[in-house]
Amino acid sequence: MSASLLSVRDLGVRFGDADAAKNVSFDIAPGETLALVGESGSGKSVTALSILQLLPPTATLSGHIHFKGQDLLKANPADLRKVRGNDISMIFQEPMSSLNPVHTVERQIGEILAIHAGLRTNAARARTIELLDQVGIPDPASRLAAFPHQLSGGQRQRVMIAMALANEPDLLVADEPTTALDVTVQAQILELLISLQQRLGMAMLFITHDLGIVRRIAERTCVMTAGEIVETNSTSAIFENPQHAYTKHLIAAAPRGQPPETRPDAPKILEVEDLRIWFPIQRGLFKTTVGHIKAVDGVDLSVREGETLGVVGESGSGKSTLGYALLRLLSSKGRIVFLGEDIQHLSWKAMRPRRAQMQIVFQDPFGSLNPRLSVGDIIGEGLKVHFPHIDATERDLKVSKVLTEVGLSADLRYRYPHEFSGGQRQRIAIARAMVLEPKFVVLDEPTSALDVSIQAQIVDLLRDIQARHGLTYLFISHDLKVVRALANTMIVMRDGKVVEQGPTEQIFASPTVAYTKTLIAAAFDQTPIGAPSENRS
Amino acid sequence: MSDLAAAPATANPTPRKPGNPIARRRWANFRANKRGYWSLWIFLAIFIVTLGAEFIANDRPILVSYKGELLIPALVNYPESRFGGFLATTTYRDPYIADEIAANGWSLWPPIRFNYATVDDALPHSAPVEPSWLLTREQNCQSYSLGVDDPDCIWSNYHLLGSDDRGRDVLARLIYGFRISVLFGLVLTIVSSIIGVSAGAVQGYFGGWVDLLFQRFIEVWTSIPALYLLLIISSVIAPSFWVLLGILLLFSWVSLVGIVRAEFLRARNFEYVNAARALGVSNPTIILRHLLPNAMVATLTFLPFILSGSVGTLTSLDFLGFGLPSGSPSLGELLAQGKNNLQAPWLGLTGFLTISIMMTLLVFIGEAVRDAFDPRKTLA
Repeated sequence: MSASLLSVRDLGVRFGDADAAKNVSFDIAPGETLALVGESGSGKSVTALSILQLLPPTATLSGHIHFKGQDLLKANPADLRKVRGNDISMIFQEPMSSLNPVHTVERQIGEILAIHAGLRTNAARARTIELLDQVGIPDPASRLAAFPHQLSGGQRQRVMIAMALANEPDLLVADEPTTALDVTVQAQILELLISLQQRLGMAMLFITHDLGIVRRIAERTCVMTAGEIVETNSTSAIFENPQHAYTKHLIAAAPRGQPPETRPDAPKILEVEDLRIWFPIQRGLFKTTVGHIKAVDGVDLSVREGETLGVVGESGSGKSTLGYALLRLLSSKGRIVFLGEDIQHLSWKAMRPRRAQMQIVFQDPFGSLNPRLSVGDIIGEGLKVHFPHIDATERDLKVSKVLTEVGLSADLRYRYPHEFSGGQRQRIAIARAMVLEPKFVVLDEPTSALDVSIQAQIVDLLRDIQARHGLTYLFISHDLKVVRALANTMIVMRDGKVVEQGPTEQIFASPTVAYTKTLIAAAFDQTPIGAPSENRS
Repeated sequence: MSDLAAAPATANPTPRKPGNPIARRRWANFRANKRGYWSLWIFLAIFIVTLGAEFIANDRPILVSYKGELLIPALVNYPESRFGGFLATTTYRDPYIADEIAANGWSLWPPIRFNYATVDDALPHSAPVEPSWLLTREQNCQSYSLGVDDPDCIWSNYHLLGSDDRGRDVLARLIYGFRISVLFGLVLTIVSSIIGVSAGAVQGYFGGWVDLLFQRFIEVWTSIPALYLLLIISSVIAPSFWVLLGILLLFSWVSLVGIVRAEFLRARNFEYVNAARALGVSNPTIILRHLLPNAMVATLTFLPFILSGSVGTLTSLDFLGFGLPSGSPSLGELLAQGKNNLQAPWLGLTGFLTISIMMTLLVFIGEAVRDAFDPRKTLA
C-alpha cells in the first residue's frame, strides 16, 4: 500500500515475558480517521505509544512502522525527534497532568514552535494566538499568561490540541482525548478535532474505549483485544455486521434493561428538605467569610422503599457531595429524615448504629479497598462494628454467603485486593455494603471506572440484589445510559442546584430544561460528526 | 479484562494459605538484596553474641564447683566469706581465691578472663600494652611469677587487642561497649519512634487546630540547641544510661513526626478510609487498621538509619566526655583514648573499625529494608 501515510506491520511489544501487543498491522491513509477500540489492557495505548517510541526502555519492540517511507523502529533518536511533534503529534488522555503546571500556556506552545519551526518572540506569540483561536479559546491574547490550573478541563484539552497542531502534523495520535471530560465538553472537543482535521487535511489515529465516539468520528475501525487486532473494517460495517465474536460482545455490552416496578404507596425511606452544603471562602487576617462555594444549594428529594433515584450531573455539579452529606459523612444544613427520624443533628457516635442501615459504594474500585487487608477482613469489618456478638465462624459464613451473592467464589475471601480485576473489586465493594443488610445504599458512580462490558454486568448485579432484598438506591452517575437502566426517578443537577426532576422515562422522553436536552443529546447522539446531517442543529 | 466474576465456579477452589502476600513479597525483596540480607545476619550474630558478654569476657568464672556446691559467679554476686575470705565481693582472679577453689572443686572460666573494668596487674609493661600477637610468649608472660611456666600465663589472660592506658582489656571493653551502644540505640529508636508515630498520627488524622498548634510547638522545640542543653545538664547531674537516654529522647522523637503526619494527611481521604467511616468504624480503629500500616512503610524504612544515628550520637558524646559515666565501656571513650595515645595506634584503629563496621552493616540493612518496602517493587 504505497498510498498509506503510516503503515504498521506485525508490530509486537513485549514487557519481559508478557506480550502487550502482537502481530498488530494497520494502515492510515492521508486525511483518514482510524479508530483503535478496545477495553482497558487490550494494548491500544501501547500500540499508539510505540509509533513515536515513547514506551519505557523495558519494552522490546519488533516489526515495522513505516511513516512516509521511513521505518520509525530503525530510526535513530535524532531523526525521531524531528518526527515527534512535527510530522506526528499526540494528545493524551489526562489534560491535567499532560500540561506542565509551572509554565504558562504561551511557554508550552512556544516551546514546540521554537524547536520545530524556529519561531521565537513576536512571531511565536502571533502564531500561538492564532492556534488558540483555532481551537476555540475565547479571547486568546488574554489567555497567554494563564497557567494550566486557571483553565477548565475542556480548555486544557484545547490547549493540548493547539500544541499538537502547532506544526501542522500529517498524523495526529489521540489517546482517549475525551475520556476525562464531561459529556457536553466531550462533544465539543470531538467536533473541534474533526473540523480541524478537515481544515488541515491531517490523518488521525483515534484511540478510545467508547464505541459511541467511534461511530461518530471514525471512517475505519480496528477492534483490539488481548494485544491483537481481531477485526478491521469500515466503521459502519463493524457496527452493522460485526464478524468477530469479541466485536459482537462489545457492541452488545451497553447497559440494558429497565428498573423494577415500584409501588407508589411504599413508605418513604429518605426525605430531604432544603439541603445546603456551603464551603466558606475566607480572606484576610481575621478569616472573615467573604462568600461561599455552594456545592449543594437547596436540594429537596425523597426516595421510596425499593426505588432507585438517579442523580445526574457533570463533574462539579455537587452530586457526590450530596451523596456524602446524606450519609452524614459531610456536614450540611437542612432536614435529612431517614426511616422517619431526623438524623441531621445526631452526633457522630449516635450515627454509628444507624450506619448499618445506610451504606455507600464508591467510584474507584482500586482506591476503596484497603490493599493490606484480605477480602474476608474487608467485608467482615462492618460486621465487627455492628454485630459484635457474632463469632468468627458465623462472620466467616456471612462473608462467604455475600461473596456468592455478588457472583464471586467464597474461596476468594482469603485473597487480597490487588489480585482482582476492576470489576471483581467493585463486586467486593458491593459485598462490603450488602453484608450489613442495609435498607438504603448510595452508589457513587460505581460503574464509571469500569469497561463497558463489565459495566453492564455490575448494573445487572445491582438490579438483581435490589429485587431480592427490596433495597433503595441513590444512584449517582454522569452516564445517562446507566441511569436509564437503573433509576425509576431522577434528578438533574447543575452547579449544586436541581434543574429538573421527575420519573426517568418522562425526562428521557421529553426533557423540559435546555441543559437536560444537551446532556441527553451528547450521550445518545450517534450521527457522525462532520458528515452532512440534517437532524443536528 | 476477562472478568472472572462471570464464572465463579472456575475460580481456584483450594483455599490459599493465610498470610499477607504483600508481606511475603516484601520479605522476598529484602532477601533479594544480598548485601543487606547478609548484613542483617552478621549484625544479629554479633549482637546476640555480645548480649551474653558476661559469659564471654568476665573476671569471674561462669561456673564454680566449691565443696560440692555448684555456684554461678557470672550471674550471682557471692561474698568472699563463702570461700573463706572476708570481703563483700569475691575477686576470683586473686591467687588466694583461685587456689582455694582449685583445692575444693573446679571452675569454668569464660574465654576472656577480664570484664570491661578489670585492671590487669600482670601487664608485660606499663599500659597501654600492644596486642598479644605482636609480642613473644616470653614477653607476654614476663610479669608472672614463674614466667613462661606460670599456670596463669594462658591464652585467656592475653590481651588479644591490647590494653588501654589504664590496663584494661580492649577486646572486653569492645564487647561490652558494642552491647551498650546497640542497646542504647535500640531503646532510643523504639521509644522515639513510638512517640513520634503517635504524635504524627494524631496531627495528620485530626488536622485543623490540633495540627496547627502541634506543628508550631515542634518548630519551637526543635530550635532548642540540644547539645548545649546536654552540656548544662551533664554538669549538674552525672549522666547515667537512663538520664542520657531521656535527654536525647526529648529531641529525637521529632524526626518521624513529619513523615508520619504527611502520610496520614494523604491517606485520611483515601476512599477505603471513607468507606470505613461509612461503615461506622471508630477513629482509633481506623487509625490502627487502615492508616498506620501506610505510615509504617516510611517508619520502618527510616528505622535502621535512626538506629545508626542514635549509636553515632552516643559515641560522639562519649568521645567528648559528656556521655556515659567514666569507667563505662563505650566505643566513644575508646576513640578518645586512641586520640590521647597516638603511640598506641591499636586503640584508635580498633575503635574506628568497630564503629565503621557497625554503621556500615546498619546502613546496608537499611537499604535492604528500603528496597523491601519500595511500592514500585512490592506492587509491580
